[in-house]
Amino acid sequence: MVMKTYRQALRDTLREEMLRDESVFLMGEEIGVFEGSYKITAGLLEEFGEKRVRDTPIAEEGFTGAAVGAAMLGLRPVVELMTINFSLIAIDQIINSAAKIYGMFGGQVKVPLVIRTPGGGGQQLGATHSQNIELFYAFIPGLKVVAPSTPADAKALLIAAIRDDDPVLFLENLALYNTNGEVPEASEPAIIGKAAVTREGKDLTLIGYSRMAYIANKVAEELAISDGLNIEVIDLRSLRPLDRETIINSVKKTNAAVVLEDDWLTYGIGAEIAASISDGAFDYLDAPVRRVAMAEVPMPYSKVLETAALPSIQDVTHAIYETLDAMGRPRHKIGQGHD
Amino acid sequence: MIEITMPRLSDTMEEGAIHKWHKSQGDTVAVGDILCEIETDKATMEYEAFDSGILSTILVKEGETVSIGALIALLDDGKGGASPSDIVKKVADSVARAVVTPNPAVDSAPILERSIRPVGNRRFASPIVRRLAENQGIDLNLIQGTGPAGRIVRADLEAFIAQDPVVLAHQSTIVPTIFTQIDAKRGSEKVEVTKIRRIIAKRLGESYRETPHFFVTATADLELLTQMRSDLNEQNAAKGIAKISVNDFLIKATALALREHPMINVSYQGDDSPTILVNHRINIGVAVASKNGLVVPVIEDADQKNIMSISADTKRLASLASTKGLSLDQMAGGTFTISNLGMFGVEEFTAIINPPEAAILAVGAAIKEPVVIGGQIVVRTRSRLTLSSDHRVIDGAQAAEFLQTLIGILENPWRLLS
Repeated sequence: MVMKTYRQALRDTLREEMLRDESVFLMGEEIGVFEGSYKITAGLLEEFGEKRVRDTPIAEEGFTGAAVGAAMLGLRPVVELMTINFSLIAIDQIINSAAKIYGMFGGQVKVPLVIRTPGGGGQQLGATHSQNIELFYAFIPGLKVVAPSTPADAKALLIAAIRDDDPVLFLENLALYNTNGEVPEASEPAIIGKAAVTREGKDLTLIGYSRMAYIANKVAEELAISDGLNIEVIDLRSLRPLDRETIINSVKKTNAAVVLEDDWLTYGIGAEIAASISDGAFDYLDAPVRRVAMAEVPMPYSKVLETAALPSIQDVTHAIYETLDAMGRPRHKIGQGHD
Repeated sequence: MIEITMPRLSDTMEEGAIHKWHKSQGDTVAVGDILCEIETDKATMEYEAFDSGILSTILVKEGETVSIGALIALLDDGKGGASPSDIVKKVADSVARAVVTPNPAVDSAPILERSIRPVGNRRFASPIVRRLAENQGIDLNLIQGTGPAGRIVRADLEAFIAQDPVVLAHQSTIVPTIFTQIDAKRGSEKVEVTKIRRIIAKRLGESYRETPHFFVTATADLELLTQMRSDLNEQNAAKGIAKISVNDFLIKATALALREHPMINVSYQGDDSPTILVNHRINIGVAVASKNGLVVPVIEDADQKNIMSISADTKRLASLASTKGLSLDQMAGGTFTISNLGMFGVEEFTAIINPPEAAILAVGAAIKEPVVIGGQIVVRTRSRLTLSSDHRVIDGAQAAEFLQTLIGILENPWRLLS
């Protein structure tokens, strides 16, 4: 194990996979000379040359379409979209080409494409550059959507995504790039579609992915110390396929769940999780499933309003307390200032 | 605005149904006007207005059941305050707080359940509670819910199980899956427990578990009484007067015996009470099997009524009982109960005391049988009487003496005509 940032883990993994397989190549805006807006491709142009690290024009639909074509013909392109917001320009290529070709052509052609892109707000980038719209892609059969929350998962899931024969949207998060964690040295791919129970507990199941999985672990740790609570945390890691089994087994044990998401509440990922729990663990619930999500507004630019709009640790703690209250569970200490 | 809520009309009442509204929305209501009829576990009662005003909103429709304390209507007393729509909104509105809602057009907060109240007779219980309770054969009606809107949550169920030895015993001996299989083998069908049956089960279960019953049986010779009764009924028939039953005589005789033994006509008030209640009025409850279940109408001051009056009372009450027309008042205030299964040919049996009373008389059939009198075998009409007594307040000798007095009266029946 080596301590690395999430950013470093991604960069090293790209490099290792490019060394391992010559068909792996990178495309994206300013990923070469500029080394990427978030420096994920630092040093790779120098090492692998322009053929395998290609700077593109600012034309997401064009280069994403080109990557689909390259993938159809046997290469393994890894496209970087500067943020998930710009995927909206490429959405037709992603949804109508990448996701459909394998099925529409009777399995004759595979599309082993990876689209790496960060989501997330909190950087004062305004309403159009701060969205969490991975749901659009998680909605589409034919796509896989993964969302690592730790440096180790960033590595394992990126390996898995690159080696997978289906198109994979690989969701990163601006707020996670500088987080640290232990990363295994071996190149072991994760299983796409398998969630991780990152913390075992019996009092309540806390579910999140990407940044909210990070928050979930943090809140669970804090409440273990402050309130003696024993919260189970599930990091979804993959939004499609969704690991309903792990979620349901956990709720069967804890009888309650709080779902965290950075996107909007209405029609969000949390709604899908809540419905899955209702389907698979209804008779085990002792309280309604609660969701914590972003305020239903376009992201404000003002720092104060942006912070207020994003789900906070306090919002999560509050939802946990309310759920435990609904189950009549005594608490050792009561959190302060959450009302 | 006055909030009218479901009143508690009896000690055992937990919820009530609106049987009929006598006032409509918009009607003027004066103090004492009948607002509606409320159907409780045992009776239908009229609900009078305590205030005057205009009945602005009816919240519970005819036929709907709500718990005690639930809002059933709003009466506008002209004093302002919250408008009906505010209050109704308070009850029914379930729009949650939104964290940031600068633009209503894009706001769509989820409906949270905290402002939802139970409507009708459905008990809220979390899904896991329903499943566990069903597996373990636990009646959720016995459990107090502490969750939102009174929902029974797992903690409530576990607390209930922890404190109830009966449930514990039940639990340790029955494996739910085997139970279900055996039910299938028996061809069992689940039939809903009626309200009245639930009350009977609860009260008599409590009585039999908590009251140390003892039983004293003696035989009454009813030869003279039955002769006297048939003579009397023959004469009355000529006058068009309805027949008097053996049971009517029993009520009168028991009342007279109780007057001589006031310490049978008592109520135990619990282990922690420094007193017991000695009841100075003698009100005899008569157990009646109605189509709705066991009911016990009460003949008040039976010791002071003549036999014709008792007979008229029992006929009226029994007929009301069979149509569920008994009021709570007609069933309340008993001090002693008589249960007679003689009409079914039962020779003798024991009855469970009807709390808070201290004794109950179980009457067997009047049967012609051979008896030795003065060295001769003769045929006499006799009946076995069994007194069940609460040993916490009645001792064996007291019970025996009471029975002796009662039999003395029945065997010298002319007193009963006084």
